[in-house]
Amino acid sequence: MTELAWGAEAWSEVRASLDRCIKCTVCETACPVAAVTELFPGPKTVGPQAERFRTGGHSPDLSVDYCSGCGICSRVCPQGVRIAELNSRARSELKRERGVPLRDQLVARPGLLGRFGRPVAPLFNRAMANSLVRWAGERTIGIHRRAPVPRSTTRTFSHWVGHHAGTKSARRVVYFHGCSTQWYEPHVGQKVTAILEHNGYQVIIPKQDCCGLPLQSNGLFPAARKAVTRLARQLVPDATGDLPVISSSTSCGLMLKREAREILGADSPELRSVSARTYDIFEFLRELHQRGELRTDFKPVPLTVAYHAPCQQQNQLIGKPALEILRLIPGLRLVELDRSCCGIAGTYGVKREKYEIAMRVGKPLFTDIQAEGPDLVACDSETCRWQISAATGATSVHPLEILHRAYGGS
Amino acid sequence: MGTDAVVLGAGTAGMVAALRLAAAGASVLVLAEGEGGLPLAPAQIDVLGYRPQLVLDPLGELAGFLESRPDHPYQLVEAGEVGASLDWFLELSAPLGYTGSPRLNRLQPTGLGALRPTCLVPETMAAGDLSDGGSVLVVGLRGFRDFHAPLLAENLALAHPPSGAEVRARAVEVSLPGDPRDLRPQLLVRRLEERGVLAELGREIRSRLEQEDLVGVPAVLGLESSHEVWQGLQELVGRPVFEIPTPPPSQPGQRLQQHLFRALRRLGGEVRLGARAAGYRARGDRLVAVKVVTAAREVEIPADHFVLATGGIGTGGITAGPDGELREEVFGARVSRGGAPEQPLVEYMATQPLDRVGVEVDEEQRPLGGGGGALFENLWAAGAALAGAEPWREKSGEGISLATGFRAARLAGGARA
Repeated sequence: MTELAWGAEAWSEVRASLDRCIKCTVCETACPVAAVTELFPGPKTVGPQAERFRTGGHSPDLSVDYCSGCGICSRVCPQGVRIAELNSRARSELKRERGVPLRDQLVARPGLLGRFGRPVAPLFNRAMANSLVRWAGERTIGIHRRAPVPRSTTRTFSHWVGHHAGTKSARRVVYFHGCSTQWYEPHVGQKVTAILEHNGYQVIIPKQDCCGLPLQSNGLFPAARKAVTRLARQLVPDATGDLPVISSSTSCGLMLKREAREILGADSPELRSVSARTYDIFEFLRELHQRGELRTDFKPVPLTVAYHAPCQQQNQLIGKPALEILRLIPGLRLVELDRSCCGIAGTYGVKREKYEIAMRVGKPLFTDIQAEGPDLVACDSETCRWQISAATGATSVHPLEILHRAYGGS
Repeated sequence: MGTDAVVLGAGTAGMVAALRLAAAGASVLVLAEGEGGLPLAPAQIDVLGYRPQLVLDPLGELAGFLESRPDHPYQLVEAGEVGASLDWFLELSAPLGYTGSPRLNRLQPTGLGALRPTCLVPETMAAGDLSDGGSVLVVGLRGFRDFHAPLLAENLALAHPPSGAEVRARAVEVSLPGDPRDLRPQLLVRRLEERGVLAELGREIRSRLEQEDLVGVPAVLGLESSHEVWQGLQELVGRPVFEIPTPPPSQPGQRLQQHLFRALRRLGGEVRLGARAAGYRARGDRLVAVKVVTAAREVEIPADHFVLATGGIGTGGITAGPDGELREEVFGARVSRGGAPEQPLVEYMATQPLDRVGVEVDEEQRPLGGGGGALFENLWAAGAALAGAEPWREKSGEGISLATGFRAARLAGGARA
């Protein structure tokens, strides 16, 4: 059994992987950002190459800030160099040196925005749809006026949980729903719960806060470490210490699975325990199906659905379990979109100076979607769904919403 | 939803085995730590180039070559199957316009201007066979640092193809519109897909042409639309245009990799990158599952058949410890020096002890265990993982990968039936 390193040891493993770089440039050819802008010279150049100049906390130049953090470089590296992880660290060092702008402080805290938007959701949504407000937002804090922003909701997911009777079962799972389900897309959480209950599971939904991922990607490491450690504690309420933890947000799931360990160097007994038993929702359902335990009482879903596997889902290294499960649904015409990245990379593409880059990164994907003209686009990651809808006008859903429909949901 | 076959490695051999298995109806999963050699190599298909003298007819001279190389991986494959695998590849890669014959080597310029024997090339390189001489305008792009046109042209003019024909070459350097400070290949290759940029390049080259019959350019003529870019440039220039390989990254290699990945996806197969195989589970002499490290934990991936195509020392399939111990990383298969000497030689360019390292296999390409028998009845090895070859010296790499990948799939498929 491969033992995973934690704490300082995890980071020293990441740093030591530098020595394995043979400068083959595979990462530079696969990087979606370096392919569209001269501002980012490529993951090898800002990573394994520049790293030796970063002694004493100084960064040789600012280009690492243009890395979107999609993580494709680490996945394609034939030598196992943790390029994206190294560059994430370098970016946070850069921010520590130069300060983090107010805009980044804001987008790094989805819970704060959600809490602020919720009581005045209709007003907030109208304001966000108002071009004058968006123009002002771009000029004052630097959020691009055309960048996708989620719609706030008046009823949070935890409000729904409070009124949901649930089912009792000996088979139990913990549900880690994440911020977007809580503040913007509570229907995703409701459907996850329904699907798991339909398969005979009791779904335990503890009170939970942000995993710290947006803090991490905006370079705010100490706050991110605090957030993920707190979340791990929240996800281990009484007598749930060995239950699977199910995530329906791919990037937040990856935070628990790996990034807290490899990028943040966070460590706690709860985090170690939660990390090892965190599952992407479709990864979990695929295991059920492999054991012959998944209910397949599907109604036909006569739709054409184009599926895009987001970067942070691919970085979990579990393949495309959503595709494998959706293929079981009768009547569904599934089109696998064969593109690497939609460009948004969490909060990267909402920033004034990066919006155009993100749109150029996503262009091949958008073109394919528009050529296909599907009824729906399915994508496991919320920010990618928002980006795809904003860029193409297509309706995008979490693939589990298709599964929910196949189970007879509306 | 079960997997019939797991292939470890996404280079040429792994992809060939995966594609053949998938075409035969198997559900195939390719697991690889990262992308393989494809995006780095020039995408020319070598079969046999030197034995050590220059080889003109690779298939015809194979038997003679093998007489002195009892440990060579080509010994595993009959000449007929080498030819069959190349025919299959030509058909599969028709969208990239691969051309050539295993009975006749071509002599194509390298990035340094040497003439290199190779067998099959994509359409974008087809006009670059200088076996019968030719007069070439070598075009460099200002700001693109991976291509040195003057050096290339000077060396090319020194080349002597065995036909005795003359090669003449002249270098020019042209500018693309915009700032030429540093043209990185990943941006350059996409810029040339823009019609306006290509038109300007075409006009510029045409104005610099003198008596030359051929135009050689760095291999950056587009990624997804290389056919249109290459064809468009030929029309603009009014002469046959051919690509000359650059140092890595290789755009023709990326085109071929994309093509193979997509072909597998169309057959229902999957390539999963970033997934390092860390061990296995066996029952008796049967391999049951490989263990793979995902983001959070190690998982088992069960399958009926397995192909080991993780490459040799260069790609980490085999590692050499500080004490000289050689180890095949996933299964601990027996590693052989493939007939290379035990001790280093001081002779310049001599075969060195690690040059032919690879796994030892039985006649059915099954890796051997410590005891000398096959490790598992359902594990086959292919490509650079096999001991006994020196592909850089022999110019045999792709041929070995194609033939042994092709055969591994047949043997696994036979076991399936």
